[in-house]
Amino acid sequence: MRLPPQPRERIDRSQRILFTFDGKVVGGYAGDTIGSALFAHGQRIFSRSFKYHRPRGLLCCSGHCPNCLMTVDGVPNVRVCVEPIRDGAVVEPQNVWGSLERDVLSITDKIGGPFTPVGFYYRTMIRPRRLWPVYEKVLRNLAGLGRLRKDGAGHTRYDVEHRRARVLVVGGGEAGRAAALAAAALGPDVVLVDETADLVGHELEGVEVLAPARALGIWEGGLVPVVAGSVLHRFRAERIVVAAGALDQPLVFPGNDLVGVMLPGGVRRLVRDFAIAPGSRAVVIAAGEEDLEIAGELREVGVAVPEVVDLTSTPARRIEAHGRKGRVAAVSVDGRKVDCDLVVASAGRQPAYSLLAQAGARVEYDESRGIFVPTNLPAGVEAVGSVTGEDCVTVDPVRTTKGAGGDKCFVCVCEDVTTKDIARAIDEGFDSIELAKRYTTVTMGPCQGKLCQLASIRLYAQATGVGEAAVGTTTARPPWAPVELGVLAGRHFEPARRTSVHFRHEEAGARMMWAGPWKRPYAYGERPEDEVRAVHDSLGVIDVSTLGKILVEGPEAADLLERLYPNRFGDLRPGRIRYGVLTSDAGRIMDDGTVARLADDLYYVTTTSTGADSVTAWFEWWNAVWGYDAEIVNVTGALAALNLAGPRAREALGRLVDDPDVVSAESFRYLDAKALVVAGVPCLALRIGFVGELGYELHFPSPAGEHVWDRLVAEGARPFGLEPQRVLRLEKGHIIVGQDTDSESNLLSAGMQWLPKMDKDDFVGKLALEHFAERPERERLVGFRMEEDVLPVEGAQIVVEGRPAGRVTSARRSEAVGGVIGLAWLPPDRAEEGTRFEVRVDRRLVGARVAHGPFYDPAGERMRA
Amino acid sequence: MSFLLECPRCGSRPVDEFAYFGEVTRRPKGSASLRELTEYVYFRDNVAGVQREWWQHRTGCGEWFLAERDTRTNEVLAIHLPQPERAQAGGAE
Ligand SMILES: [Zn+2]
Repeated sequence: MRLPPQPRERIDRSQRILFTFDGKVVGGYAGDTIGSALFAHGQRIFSRSFKYHRPRGLLCCSGHCPNCLMTVDGVPNVRVCVEPIRDGAVVEPQNVWGSLERDVLSITDKIGGPFTPVGFYYRTMIRPRRLWPVYEKVLRNLAGLGRLRKDGAGHTRYDVEHRRARVLVVGGGEAGRAAALAAAALGPDVVLVDETADLVGHELEGVEVLAPARALGIWEGGLVPVVAGSVLHRFRAERIVVAAGALDQPLVFPGNDLVGVMLPGGVRRLVRDFAIAPGSRAVVIAAGEEDLEIAGELREVGVAVPEVVDLTSTPARRIEAHGRKGRVAAVSVDGRKVDCDLVVASAGRQPAYSLLAQAGARVEYDESRGIFVPTNLPAGVEAVGSVTGEDCVTVDPVRTTKGAGGDKCFVCVCEDVTTKDIARAIDEGFDSIELAKRYTTVTMGPCQGKLCQLASIRLYAQATGVGEAAVGTTTARPPWAPVELGVLAGRHFEPARRTSVHFRHEEAGARMMWAGPWKRPYAYGERPEDEVRAVHDSLGVIDVSTLGKILVEGPEAADLLERLYPNRFGDLRPGRIRYGVLTSDAGRIMDDGTVARLADDLYYVTTTSTGADSVTAWFEWWNAVWGYDAEIVNVTGALAALNLAGPRAREALGRLVDDPDVVSAESFRYLDAKALVVAGVPCLALRIGFVGELGYELHFPSPAGEHVWDRLVAEGARPFGLEPQRVLRLEKGHIIVGQDTDSESNLLSAGMQWLPKMDKDDFVGKLALEHFAERPERERLVGFRMEEDVLPVEGAQIVVEGRPAGRVTSARRSEAVGGVIGLAWLPPDRAEEGTRFEVRVDRRLVGARVAHGPFYDPAGERMRA
Repeated sequence: MSFLLECPRCGSRPVDEFAYFGEVTRRPKGSASLRELTEYVYFRDNVAGVQREWWQHRTGCGEWFLAERDTRTNEVLAIHLPQPERAQAGGAE
């Protein structure tokens, strides 16, 4: 049912649009919202309330209140009164058991139900504790708003845009448009954000209009996140103009939530924008000229208005609405009862100051006009129009709290908080507005206080006998408008780093796993032990391109490293390699790797796979403090690295270089660093032994990754993954920083007393190590062998004489050693070779013995071969 | 935190491009008593007011610099490149 064409209507009657509501087909026009089309279709009940399941209808019709929340195309909590109509949309009511018209849970409204009084959860449901999960399940089903799709919300793609604006205007009313146009006349980059669709298609000279869109808040640095559809625009604005306008304030009286009790703004939108008569017989109860004019507007479109009450001149004290099946049927004003199907009720208009308050403005109470006004605006933020208090006035919204009919009197329709709840909270001692908010949840619902803040402050002022100014407002917090979590989260990314050899691993059937930000092969088959055996008996190759690689170059490069590391590097000869461990000034182990001196003034440093960036930053920071003449360059991504290991490594490498003599045992010794051309590719070759066999780590430009890999494989090297590498290194007792050490581990307790050179003048961590050396140790990292063939999990508890005494950090089954070996932290008095302790494995205690030194090839003859 | 911070090389950028490295501390020279060490390693002034602190333009040019920031308002009063220890010592020689 539509009125004849209205002068400013937004609907296009030539374009019919169909959607389904609760399974039935509903039609509307282009320009309609889902809400206006439903209302025109005859729908009056739009939702059921949060606690009492009372029927609710359109109230504000401007996207502020919770009354029209529905599920649209699977997205819950959509305010259909502002959601543009679209063909084929699937609209469903929510928070309903049964139907909107007959909700079985509305019984809670009549008999009290399990959650009637405020604070009931806190007082009652806490005992007995073990029953809480049961209570919770029931309560979650009964209360709450909407339902999340269990199949995941993957149907919407959210994005973030980073934008700059010279002037950002929030609010597209008269004042906002004027401010935007004035700013545009002076320069570019003016953006206007409006939450309605009113400005869609309107041209504003020099202004970019973003609508419908909602500004969520104002943060420092002029940051204003604006949601438009599924895109979050993060605006940085030099100047922010807030023209958020004012908000109609509901009156508080019994039955004030009945369907058919509406705010003037909502009524006006239905008539003017959508050509809908919101009722046939209306009573207007309002304060201020603008709101009272609604009576004339209604009469113009044929609605009877038998009664108009001007609250500014009539001190009407007793107002009560009477309902039939949840819909308003009559209203009494000071005893006079008037039949009607529409009550336009408003206490006036209150500035929508929240965005300004969030930005840092003060909010002060203006006694004479009964409104809270923003003052002391922060630099760069301005306010224009009604939000400043212009044309705003409110009267006491609390008219009656107890009616003859005994109906409830709502302060907050979002959370179903009544005047009785507020009175009760005050009685119980929650006598400040901030406490009341947390206890009763008033202002915490979907409207975020837009419709209930003023009324609750007034109630507090009256009940406690202090003025509104003394009660004050609750802290305004973002978001000012409700926002889908998906918008804040943005598009889902799972960035992964791949080495240049990545696809060769996939082709070889590797099982890929996460290693920090990297994807690395776990193993190439179901039997990692076969890969271990290949390295011991013959030849293996592992992609170690993920190692951090840093060049340190300059006349004082040696001095810088001497001071960064506990080790000595000044005496390292060019062409030689030394293992290094980085510690913090607190003495804790941070990272480890090899350091090769390539020339007097050039070092090549490797770090752990996850340490490249942090170690680079660490080096750079210390050098910002010290100022050595040295450059630090992170070349991790530029270089691939492959470790060729096994007894056949030398002969295989010999076939790939021009002259096999350059890799002979005499000319390329253990811990030598050498420039080689391998398979035609210039490489830096490091002879090291992390996996315990003769091995060469080849570092070379990434683009040649697959080429060199292919040639090594063709020479008979079997690819091995991270899992076999972990077995191999454990057989040698080599630690992995971050796995076998944690943020408490230091060099002394980790068994590396030999490493720090305490006679150096200074190095990072020296001061702490001096003190560690003086204090008794608390625990020590040692190797162990299990007495039985059972594998403890990493982190397994160690038990000594029935008490927890330590933990396992690594454990693996080793064919070469013949048993289960591992590393563990133990009390120092239990760390002697051969000491027995027990490890908890699957609820059982299994014996183990401390075993010092490498388990495999203790003399290191194989890797030095 | 959403304020803008000025990089000495790149100019004003959103703060999330930068890494924060805490307030400027005084590192004991030579040797330190346990108290001095603990003071340096674990304790921070955590002032409500202007603080000198380290920043790095981590996802930008990578520069390390110092800022004087009011921790109450996030207003950055000054930024400058560090004066390295050795440059200072060199000047004194
Ligand atoms: Zn920069």
